[in-house]
Amino acid sequence: MHALSEILPTLPQNFSLPILIVQHLSPASDDYLATYLDEKCEVKVKEADEKEKIEGGVVYLVPANYHLLVEKDKTLSLSVDSPVNFARPSIDVLFETAAEAYGSNLIGLVLTGASADGSRGLKLIKERGGLTLVQDPKTAESEVMPKAAIAEVDVDHIIPLSEIGAFLIKIERANNAKQN
Amino acid sequence: MTEMNREICDNEDIELELLLQAIKIKYSYDFTNYSRAHLMRRVKNRLQESKFANISEMLHKVLYDPSFLDVLLPDFSICVSDMFRDPPFFQEIRLSIIPILKTYPSIKIWHAGCASGEEVYSMSILLKEEGLYSKAQIYATDFNEASLGKAKDGVYDLNRIKNYTSNYQKGGGSQSFADYYTAGYNAAIFDKSLRERVVFAKHNLVTDSAFGEMHMIFCRNVLIYFDKKLKNRVIGLFLDSLVGGGFLCLGSKESVLFSGYEDRFEVFSETHKIYRKKLG
Repeated sequence: MHALSEILPTLPQNFSLPILIVQHLSPASDDYLATYLDEKCEVKVKEADEKEKIEGGVVYLVPANYHLLVEKDKTLSLSVDSPVNFARPSIDVLFETAAEAYGSNLIGLVLTGASADGSRGLKLIKERGGLTLVQDPKTAESEVMPKAAIAEVDVDHIIPLSEIGAFLIKIERANNAKQN
Repeated sequence: MTEMNREICDNEDIELELLLQAIKIKYSYDFTNYSRAHLMRRVKNRLQESKFANISEMLHKVLYDPSFLDVLLPDFSICVSDMFRDPPFFQEIRLSIIPILKTYPSIKIWHAGCASGEEVYSMSILLKEEGLYSKAQIYATDFNEASLGKAKDGVYDLNRIKNYTSNYQKGGGSQSFADYYTAGYNAAIFDKSLRERVVFAKHNLVTDSAFGEMHMIFCRNVLIYFDKKLKNRVIGLFLDSLVGGGFLCLGSKESVLFSGYEDRFEVFSETHKIYRKKLG
């Protein structure tokens, strides 16, 4: 949560890329995090809804106790399938389905965390031509997750927490320039 | 590398579509309106388990070896759920819905897509504790016969019982949860009195018609597996199956909005996704 509070508020209101976030939460968590971040950020932050169309400039958080999947038609699906590596939501599930839906038009970012969830998914993102980023373990509250990702994947960039927001903005600007 | 991977993605989509069409045409199970991302995940898991080189090999197997369908069907259905999932939902039932149900001489309840029955036993326990079980007639349906079999047995993994006990207590249960089952061989065997008032039947939400005159329908975290078109069809089917004033209970992230039927329901609880069919 601390990492998200560092990164998301740096994004300007006109940030055009959609962001999907999986955080390991207790099953009983409510949407407090989405409300809290929405107030702190210029971009819109909300919980992902069933069959919602993914829109640019919106940050979608997975609701507790569901997996989040990306459909090929760029809508969101929820699932109550068994936990994957003890996690529901699972980062791997999101990354893998996003990789299949977006191919090389995707950035996968692994942040601080206490398990290896996300490494496998990040690997698929890399295989499909997406950009792979990991928070510098030295700047992470828990270095397990970033380190596992780095061990599994030939990551494109390892970035200190304080610089991630600026890095994303830079990519977004470059992407906009390419489109126009 | 990127172009090759993209082609793999697209070819797999075609193969999945062919697999679903084959199952529909040959075996009359229609999964073509299920969420594709789910199906693709499950198919890919099965690919790894069965060591097929690709989905086309699986397609061949499905066509020429009918017994393989028994392997694939469970992959496509939602098999495992939790007892008293979302305890606050069950609290809300005790608080707000039970008093209303008590005003009816008898009540009919339908668990649609009951999978292996955890929710059915949860509600049986709740109804017993609230003194309503003897006037309830409960229907538990699923298209998957293996799941129905498990639901009938009421035998669950003992490892999950701790979680279920906690859910039960948080859901307003005040008795000893252990009184409802006997433990043995790593299994918790739920008491057969909990299924006395339950009829287990095969029913397919994709193809079958309304199941009439219910006071309460549970369909929680099933619609998330369907695409929009199928989800909306099913909500219409539930509408037809409810008495006026009857309750439809969906999963915490589901709703009747955008189904085309939202004006036929009143929102009984926005938080817990409980809807009530309007009278008239």
